[in-house]
Amino acid sequence: MNKRMSVQMLGLLFAGLIIAGCQTAAKKVEPTPTPTPPPAAESTPPPPPPEEHKAAVNGPVDDNGNPVGNTVYFEYDSAAISADGQKLVGYHAKYLSSNDGQKVLVEGNCDERGTREYNLALGERRSAAVKEALVAGGVKGGQLETTSWGEEKPVDPGHDESAWSKNRRAELTYRH
Amino acid sequence: MTVRRVCVVKFVSTLSWTSCKSSRLIRRWLLIALTGLTLLGSASGATAADLLVIPITRGNDRATPIAVVPFRWQGAPLTDKIDEIVSFDLARSGQFVPLPKGDMLSLPTAANEIIFRDWKVQGMRYLVIGRLVEETPGRFAATYELYQVGESRRIATETLHARKDQMRDLAHVISDAIYEKITHIRGAFSTKIIYVLAQNFGTPKARFRLDVSDSDGARSRSLFQSKQPIMSPTWSPDARKVAYVTFESGRSVVVLQDIATGARETLANFHGINSGPSFAPDGRNIAMVLSRDGNPEIYMMDLGSRRLRQLTHSSEIDTEPSFMADGRNLVFTSNRGGKPQIYSLDVATGLPERISFDGVYNARPRALNDGRNIAYVHRAVANGPFHIAVLDMVTGRNRTISETSLDESPSVAPNGMMLIFATVERGRGILSVVSVDGRVKFRLPSSDGDVREPAWSPYLDVRSGLQ
Repeated sequence: MNKRMSVQMLGLLFAGLIIAGCQTAAKKVEPTPTPTPPPAAESTPPPPPPEEHKAAVNGPVDDNGNPVGNTVYFEYDSAAISADGQKLVGYHAKYLSSNDGQKVLVEGNCDERGTREYNLALGERRSAAVKEALVAGGVKGGQLETTSWGEEKPVDPGHDESAWSKNRRAELTYRH
Repeated sequence: MTVRRVCVVKFVSTLSWTSCKSSRLIRRWLLIALTGLTLLGSASGATAADLLVIPITRGNDRATPIAVVPFRWQGAPLTDKIDEIVSFDLARSGQFVPLPKGDMLSLPTAANEIIFRDWKVQGMRYLVIGRLVEETPGRFAATYELYQVGESRRIATETLHARKDQMRDLAHVISDAIYEKITHIRGAFSTKIIYVLAQNFGTPKARFRLDVSDSDGARSRSLFQSKQPIMSPTWSPDARKVAYVTFESGRSVVVLQDIATGARETLANFHGINSGPSFAPDGRNIAMVLSRDGNPEIYMMDLGSRRLRQLTHSSEIDTEPSFMADGRNLVFTSNRGGKPQIYSLDVATGLPERISFDGVYNARPRALNDGRNIAYVHRAVANGPFHIAVLDMVTGRNRTISETSLDESPSVAPNGMMLIFATVERGRGILSVVSVDGRVKFRLPSSDGDVREPAWSPYLDVRSGLQ
């Protein structure tokens, strides 16, 4: 039961370029109802890799072959994906549909405004919207998992628009 | 007209009273208390630091003046002084303004020592005196006497017994009795609150705790701890259990925990969201939010058979159920009209009815026991603050009763007279208590982290536990 779970954060996207941050989530205190691996906690998109390594990129890339970020941002109280977001999701869809052994966890998050339970539902809507867009882009449903953290996992715990805009997001985490 | 300002600072378990002449003095007190608590908190290790209870001083000319004289006690000084706890309870209600000890002209502890004229001159309506004796080692007897000053008449007296560790229970039982004798409303001082404490929130080192404390923030202890978020704690009607949401598995799960034994069981762990537990008044059913079929809907679970019944059917978000006192209806939040608004629902027929109309965001309703009023989170205009408001479902009248800007998670005391909610103050999550008429406010910060999602317990039978 006491499973050691290794979560590879973002690193897979840039295999060979960045040493993946391997995090072991050691569960001590509580019994676990379902042993699903915890998602990666880190979410800031990594800096683009140095130019000379571009050839080794193995992951979603944009039209110029540059690695793309893993976070889709949303407007307040909305699960609609913006044009920029659609573009980003499209790059991931392209990569995932041609690498159908690759699995992705989509985690929906909200800013702190509004109530917690409502935001848990809104976060689910955001992850579902990204999932739908990926499926529309040719990704198999079996490659995708979604979850919502509501407003419980902000990237920035601040209480202003600069924090809120970073927290209204869906993160794509590539998994083995 | 002079406005009496009373400043109460609860410092760990010691209560101190003082009259505050200026807000600068209040701030200094606060700083001293906070610094002290931080130091003690770090030294005490695993035990949860109690919540501080700090009044936001505001004149309340309609509050009833009462004097609670220090009880006679001839033993070694006690940490929990009955008169101080009772005074503080009555002050917290917003309906009483206790006379500071330093302003008392005499300190009677028996009937023949009372000079009613003095208390009348000071404008006191009621007077409480009492005596505490240790009858056998570790077992105490407390006698209180409540007087109506104007008529120089004793209107209540009682002797209660308690162990040393029950001294706070004893004091709250006395507060309840005095409060009910004067107001004819059942006192709710012998109650508890549960709340979520988040440490290092928004960092990879975040830790979450579900804590329980007395309703005055004292005697806190931890019921559950996790590296993952904890949400939506709620009491069973018999106050023996709590249901809440954990994310230990990486997704939301509804669990039920026995408070006395700590035993936990999973109530809902379906695909998607499992959240928003709310017990039916009979304690046999629990409402919750599940999105196992793709969309968040409200379900009712029979706790015996674990059978589920779906109550809402919409393609939008339905969440935050709260049973009304009759058990036949519940209120919930839905954005089926485009924006989050509050609806009621007949549990038998499943028929929903929208009940909130003012404002752009109305959510997290909590039905009061009177079957008529609903406390909820209210945002009047786009980009405006989120306040706590109370909606009278009969008249449709709406009253905003909080003043901060990120107010959420209202929960009402079982007698409907006080309301606790979460807010943010100087970047920190704190709890705030307000009398339902909006007059008196107390802030309950923790030195340990952000406090949020308070839930006020039902009435507890503390009195029969005294021995």
